Amino acid sequence: MNEYTFPILFGVVIGTIARIIMLKTDYRQYPTYLHGKIIHLALGFIAAGLGSVAVPAIMEKEFTAITFLTIAASQFREVRNMERNTLSEMDSYELVPRGNTYIEGIAVAFESRNYLVIFTALITTLAYLVWNVYIAVIVTIGAYIIIRKFMSGSTLGDIVDIEHAEVSFEGAGLYVDNIYIMNIGLPARQKEIMKYGMGFILTPKTFDVRSTIANLGQRQAILHDVSVSLGVFRDSGTPALVPLIKRDLDDGRIGVFILPQDKDVEKAMNVISSVPVLENAIRMPSESKAAHKE
Amino acid sequence: MQLEKAILATITTNANKVTAGGSIFICETKEEMDKVAANLEAILDGISHALSDELYIIVKH
Repeated sequence: MNEYTFPILFGVVIGTIARIIMLKTDYRQYPTYLHGKIIHLALGFIAAGLGSVAVPAIMEKEFTAITFLTIAASQFREVRNMERNTLSEMDSYELVPRGNTYIEGIAVAFESRNYLVIFTALITTLAYLVWNVYIAVIVTIGAYIIIRKFMSGSTLGDIVDIEHAEVSFEGAGLYVDNIYIMNIGLPARQKEIMKYGMGFILTPKTFDVRSTIANLGQRQAILHDVSVSLGVFRDSGTPALVPLIKRDLDDGRIGVFILPQDKDVEKAMNVISSVPVLENAIRMPSESKAAHKE
Repeated sequence: MQLEKAILATITTNANKVTAGGSIFICETKEEMDKVAANLEAILDGISHALSDELYIIVKH
């Protein structure tokens, strides 16, 4: 035991708790219960240890110890690759796949959350060593607020207006409102779609949002989340019964066609509204230099 | 080169609408055409698209 023992322990515990808070298993059921979680908790513990030890190392003028953080960074990049590979493998077995953009978003989140753990452990240990345990507790609360902020990105409800729309056929053409979805030839299939299908129109609130919801990865994420939350009326070998999203080229609206097992309109609108806006899909055409020119 | 979409079969009640090439199924009635198309859709894992009242194609997407 020395003067660094309690500050380091404090940092490790707070860092690990931070990882537990960020490791939320929700409707996406990922990471799967227990085994998947253990991997990430163990890595979170290691990240917390690295963050905590960095401060005493600097105080003891052991500056080379900081290089360990770079090793940690490369290890956590491996976490990102691991998540990407696992989810990509699993995606081929989904009735409605997540899509690569969604998978990349999840993988990036797993990597970045380890850095947040390092940051939390580092500042709480620093506060403990420089001041005292009470200040460290206050800093912990501040770190918790920062973590919550970084965890919650925007959702579709923030950027689009969602309304329920009729699904209809004109000849063999399937439409959601006036947006053409696909050609369904068989009358029997058309009957199934009229019975189980639901349509929604997503209208962008700003010009920038048009590009974001046009992104194919963002559209696939909507279909995946809706299918997970409401079920999907399809099986392997029924490609005609596939949820689809198509775009109105005139005004950038998108028509969402889904085949849910739970046909609750309110619930479906809530699910669509809660779909995360994928970082990789966000575009800001209004921020371009050309847009600012008179 | 990998083909993303392909016409797997053509089903028609009007033989004059199709020529040789690919798998063509000529049916007597619209009901028969619907039945053949439904079976082919399931067997080939494709989608039946109607080009007209007397011509369906099964497409692999």
